This record gives sequence, C-alpha cells and structure tokens, in this order.
Amino acid sequence: MKILIIILSLSLISQKVNSQVDNQFQMNIYKNIRCLVCQGQSIADSNSDFAQTIKLVIDDKIKEGKNEDEIYEFLISKYGEWIVYRPELKKTNFFLWFFPYIALLLGGILILSLFRKKNLKNKK
Amino acid sequence: MKISYVKILSFSVILFILIVFFISLNRNTIYDTRKLVGQKLNKFEMNSLLDESLVNSEIITTSEYTLINFFASWCYPCRKEHEFLVKLGKESNKLNIVGVNFKDKKSDALKFLKNYKNPYSSVAQDKDGKASISFGIYGIPESILVNKEFIIIKKYLGPLNNEYYKEILELTN
Repeated sequence: MKILIIILSLSLISQKVNSQVDNQFQMNIYKNIRCLVCQGQSIADSNSDFAQTIKLVIDDKIKEGKNEDEIYEFLISKYGEWIVYRPELKKTNFFLWFFPYIALLLGGILILSLFRKKNLKNKK
Repeated sequence: MKISYVKILSFSVILFILIVFFISLNRNTIYDTRKLVGQKLNKFEMNSLLDESLVNSEIITTSEYTLINFFASWCYPCRKEHEFLVKLGKESNKLNIVGVNFKDKKSDALKFLKNYKNPYSSVAQDKDGKASISFGIYGIPESILVNKEFIIIKKYLGPLNNEYYKEILELTN
C-alpha cells in the first residue's frame, strides 16, 4: 500500500513538472511571436483575435511534436521574418546581429584613445 | 597633417546615428504581408460551407488563376468588396474564385451569400480561423491571387476596390 502511494505521488509530481516545462516552452514561443495587428505586443501579451488564433496554431504544432525552430520557420514562411522578435542569423541581417558588439568595440577604442590623449597631455 | 582618429571615429558615430534616424523616421513602419508574393501555397483541405463535401487544394489546378477570398458575414468591408467579386466572376474567363468563410456562423454565412450573391465556385469553412493561418491571413477581408502552380501572384489586404478589380482583370486576362 505504501509503495502504491509513493508511486502515485511520484507520478503526480512528474506530471506537474512536465506540464510546467510544457507551459514554459509554449510561453517562450508566444513571447517571441509578434502580434501583427497590435502595437508592439507579443502574442503572449495580446488578447486580439489574431493572437488567439496564432496561439491555437502553435499549440497544435507543439502537439504534433514540432520544435521551436520548426514553428518559427512555419510562421516566417507565412508572415515574413517580421513575425518573430528574434530574427535568425542570416547574411542579410548579419549587421543587425553584430552591430552591438562592433559599437561596443568602437566605443571602447574611443574611450581608450581619449584616456591616452589625456594622459599624454598630463605628462607634458 | 596629423589625422585625429578620435575625431574621425566620433564624427562617423554621429553620422551613423543621424543616418539611422533619418532612414527610420522616413520609413513606413506599418508591416503587411503584401510583399510575400512568389511563394507557393501549401496543400489544404477544409469543409465546404455549402454541402457535406470537402474543398481541397485540387481546386486551384482547375483554372489558370484562382482568387481565394477570405470573408465573413460580420465583416462590413466584405459587403463592400462583394460586388467586385461578383463582377470578376462574370468578366474573367480564366479566373476561378474560391471563398473561405472565416470564423462565422454557417447560417449567417449562407444568408450573406443569398443576399449579396455567390461569386464563388466553392466556399470553404474555417470556423476557428486556424486554416487561414496557413495562408498567412491576419485580418479580413483578404484575397490571394494564385496561379495553377500554387504560386502567389498578388495579395490584397483589405476590401477589393475598383483599382484592384481592374488589376485582377489585367493580370488574369
């Protein structure tokens, strides 16, 4: 009897953990999909008709066993790259992905040069 | 003459920011899917609104061009565009018009077609709107003009008007 209770409890806990993981997975996708009929909202934040329908389609795709990338790929093929907040790294958006690092590097060089200049002036 | 790299760099950064602002502020930021032409439509299968049969993608191969029109009885702009669909159905020989009834009550949709005439060769039913996502629809009315090879030739967002009507006639005749 004790063993049965333990097995039951363990299965209940594992079910709950699994459903939390599924919800998290679902929510991550919702948050990365732009609601095309809203102003600056993801479908996770929107209750619009469009957002509700896209959520249903995403849920179906998850049930079919599709992974995150496959779901994004499907939606991009139908609505264009604008539908995802985090675009894929491609030749065309290479600059978009690496500009922050380039800007950081250039900024660093600029600050360093200014400091060096100031130091040289002080030494003189 | 000594070149000041710091000045050049600062100037470049300011110039870059100004260019980005200039381009961004002069750009149309309202996104739509009109540019997504040239893509191939996926195969589909939906219940018919008019009888117990199925409407599937085979219907696209029956005519040189097919205009898939997404409509609903509750959509006011759909009523306005309907006359153009009726006219297109009469005037274009190479065009087949297929309707997709979007998130609507069957009785209301049938009443709509009775009152405003039925320009469609087949009418599919998309009760929950999920099938329309496969067509890249995000509001109705929307119409997609495809050729026999399932390639999207043009997407019309919003109601068809006289300008679109003339364009469809030109493209399909």
